[in-house]
Amino acid sequence: MRSMSQLGNDLYSGKTSFPFVGRRRLWFILAAVLVLASVLVPLVRPVQFSIEFTGGSQFTVSGLSNPDQSQATDAVHSVVPGVATKVTTIGSSAVRVQTDQMSPEETQLVTAALADAYKVDTSEVTASFIGPSWGADVTRQSLWGLAIFLALTFIILGLYFRTWKMSAAAIVGVIDVLIITIGVYALAGFEISPAAVIGFLTILSYSLYDTTVVFDKIRENTHEDGEVSGRTFGESVNLAVNQTLIRSINTTVVAILPVGAILFIGAFAFGAQTLSDISLSIFVGIIVAAYSTLFVAAPLYSFLRESEPDLKVRDERVLAARVRAGVPA
Amino acid sequence: MATSTPVRHAWRALTGLLVITALMFGINALGVYVFKQSSWSPELALDLQGGTQIILQAQTTDGADPTTEQMNQAVTIIRQRVDASGVGEADVTTEGGKNIVVQIPGEADEETRQRIQASAQLQLRAVLFTGQPVTSYVGEDGKETPFPTPDPSLLATPTASPTSGSDMSWITPKLQAEFLAYDCNDPANDPASAPKDEPLITCDANNQAKYILGPVELDGSSISDATFGLQSNNGQWAVNLKFDDEGTKTFGDISQRLYGATAPLNQFAFVLDGLVLSAPSMNAIILDGNPSITGSFTQESSKTLADQLKYGALPLSFEVVSSDTISATLGSQQLQIGLITGLIGLVLVAIYSLITYRALGFVIIASLVVMGVLTYLALCILAWRMGFRLSLAGVAGLIVSIGFTADSFIVYFERIRDELRDGKSITGAVEDGWGRAKRTIYISKSINILAAVVLYILADSTVKGFAFTLGLTTVIDVLIFILFTHPVMQLLARTKFFGSGHPLSGLDPEALGAVYRGRAQFRAPAVAAAKGPQGRKTARSRGEAERRQTIAERKAAELTSASKTDASQPGTRKEGDD
Repeated sequence: MRSMSQLGNDLYSGKTSFPFVGRRRLWFILAAVLVLASVLVPLVRPVQFSIEFTGGSQFTVSGLSNPDQSQATDAVHSVVPGVATKVTTIGSSAVRVQTDQMSPEETQLVTAALADAYKVDTSEVTASFIGPSWGADVTRQSLWGLAIFLALTFIILGLYFRTWKMSAAAIVGVIDVLIITIGVYALAGFEISPAAVIGFLTILSYSLYDTTVVFDKIRENTHEDGEVSGRTFGESVNLAVNQTLIRSINTTVVAILPVGAILFIGAFAFGAQTLSDISLSIFVGIIVAAYSTLFVAAPLYSFLRESEPDLKVRDERVLAARVRAGVPA
Repeated sequence: MATSTPVRHAWRALTGLLVITALMFGINALGVYVFKQSSWSPELALDLQGGTQIILQAQTTDGADPTTEQMNQAVTIIRQRVDASGVGEADVTTEGGKNIVVQIPGEADEETRQRIQASAQLQLRAVLFTGQPVTSYVGEDGKETPFPTPDPSLLATPTASPTSGSDMSWITPKLQAEFLAYDCNDPANDPASAPKDEPLITCDANNQAKYILGPVELDGSSISDATFGLQSNNGQWAVNLKFDDEGTKTFGDISQRLYGATAPLNQFAFVLDGLVLSAPSMNAIILDGNPSITGSFTQESSKTLADQLKYGALPLSFEVVSSDTISATLGSQQLQIGLITGLIGLVLVAIYSLITYRALGFVIIASLVVMGVLTYLALCILAWRMGFRLSLAGVAGLIVSIGFTADSFIVYFERIRDELRDGKSITGAVEDGWGRAKRTIYISKSINILAAVVLYILADSTVKGFAFTLGLTTVIDVLIFILFTHPVMQLLARTKFFGSGHPLSGLDPEALGAVYRGRAQFRAPAVAAAKGPQGRKTARSRGEAERRQTIAERKAAELTSASKTDASQPGTRKEGDD
């Protein structure tokens, strides 16, 4: 890891520097393309909503040594002929059957039929009934939570950083993260479920957290530079982002390791729906959040501030001094 | 050295942490051994231990949201219903203003579901006959003999068509036989679902009396209000009813019919969910629609009856919006998956920390262990005091928090390293790095806590569990950061291994590129060192290398003239304008 700490040193000193602010036009275009693509994903691949949103009945038969899907369909059709059923195998020992809404009597009969077909006790059969309004309620509540949270965050960050421009940049960055994460999630073909909604909300929190850490360094640098700075405002911002780059990388890795463990070991090997939905949205979201802080929020902040008269005057003075000193452009 | 201020602070903080941990242990031990209500493992939600969860949504006839009072009444009534069905340890709570969540361990049978879901129906029926709640009689032989099961051939339709709700011709021979054999305690008897236009055999809520009641004459919606209070003339507690216009008229007719009739035909029963709440006798003809019920009421019992009558008067019914039965096998399997992945996540984070931060990685690992202990204790205590139950989403919240927690240490360690790069001593870097890192941690973690609080307040039960664990771990994270990580760093900075910046300590100033080296000397721009594929990058490296000098020297030479410093900024300017 010698190279890592060397890179850290070079980033800190400015010896190595990535043009997060300098090439911001490129990053903004890239962000716009990603957002647009995420919005367009549903056209190519319609978003699947889970049973919590559409309503229906769901049965899970667990503790099987040989989960054969056709038995499930037969069992359901023996009770309610011709009903639409969707059977999925979860892990290596469970089968999940989703159907249209069933009456309580039908639910009991199907439970018994499934237990019979797979030769397990009825206690191994889980039955759920979800009304169609359920998921919608969860979503409506979540959207309220989202709006209130963003408003409060805007105020708190505004007070802490003493400028609304950081708040604005942070929140644009968060919205960027949300849209792209949902886009990737939909593209992966996962159903949007209440668990996924929880994941998106977590991402919101994480993304703002990540942005705040970097912004705090930007605040420190631009504040310390003062009047005698040899850097333009944009350069100060860029240096701060570079100086926190190692932190951003380490944080992202450390945050996605446990989430990745849930995603790959938990979901794909054993099949726990809630865990896989939450972890996929968080997994994607953490990576997008790191990207967004570096390539969207920080450059955007610099862009918002640069046109301020005071900073403009200072930047011009810095540039003029360089020309005076005969520095080749 | 051992008595220097930072060291004293460090020991004090660590002692504080120890006290907090001991206190939490003590509180939970109190809960376990003295109050016998807590346990040494967190309570699990249904999705982890198996059981049934039914979510009901209140439906009002006018579409308005039910009031908190109505919802609390509904919870009380539903809890009574669940208890009546013989299911132990049911958990009935309101959620989000109009939902009621019923959680039952194990599987709920169809009857229990029906019972929970049925809307509270208040009915007013005339009393035809009352008796002791017995199902047997002492025969001529002096032995206790159960009443026989009614013979199906007995006449079930009245001989003469009944003219009113009090007409004795409602009581057919079959009904009479059924009444005698009626067992108030048999859960198979469900008077709540009896038809409205037929007589009803039922008991009172305490199984103190059996009744044969006439058909429904009024229902709860005709009661517009019910209050309780002391009567002015005799100082007794009474329940005062107020009927609406139609109810007033019907009740007037009934009171004219019942007043003066022979007992029990002068009694009038208020029936909730099929059980008799009260069956007062008619002591006057009441035409104004404002009857009072008196009897041996206490303040408490009159309030209860008034609430029940008022609630029964409310047009509130419930619809099942979600019903879940999780088998115990699936529940424990999911918990197991959660624990295994959590452990794997922890190991991965530990390995990465050790690679990146060498020996400092152990500080991260130790912090995470302390974190685990405190979180575990907090979950036990919260399960006891607040009924908190860990759900699968909550477990996910805990696993996710491993990474989020480790992050605050990364922020801190990177700050220490930055200070070392600026040429500070290791003890100095720990103090100054802390000074800067804590600001960042406070503001960024408060954003996290804010998110958790907003989510917790607004969200439904699944999200709540997740928001709760995430918020809880964030608070504990900050606590540990102050009371454990930083003090430990203060102490470690004074050890030989860390203090001298051993290459394996993670604090090697050599590797971090500077102790005072840059102050007076000017390092040649590393043009040749630039590895980038484009020429642009080479140019930039040169510029940035010289800018590095400004940072390194900033603290020493604050007043270097702008022109002199700027003389070495070509690459940066290009970049800034790009």
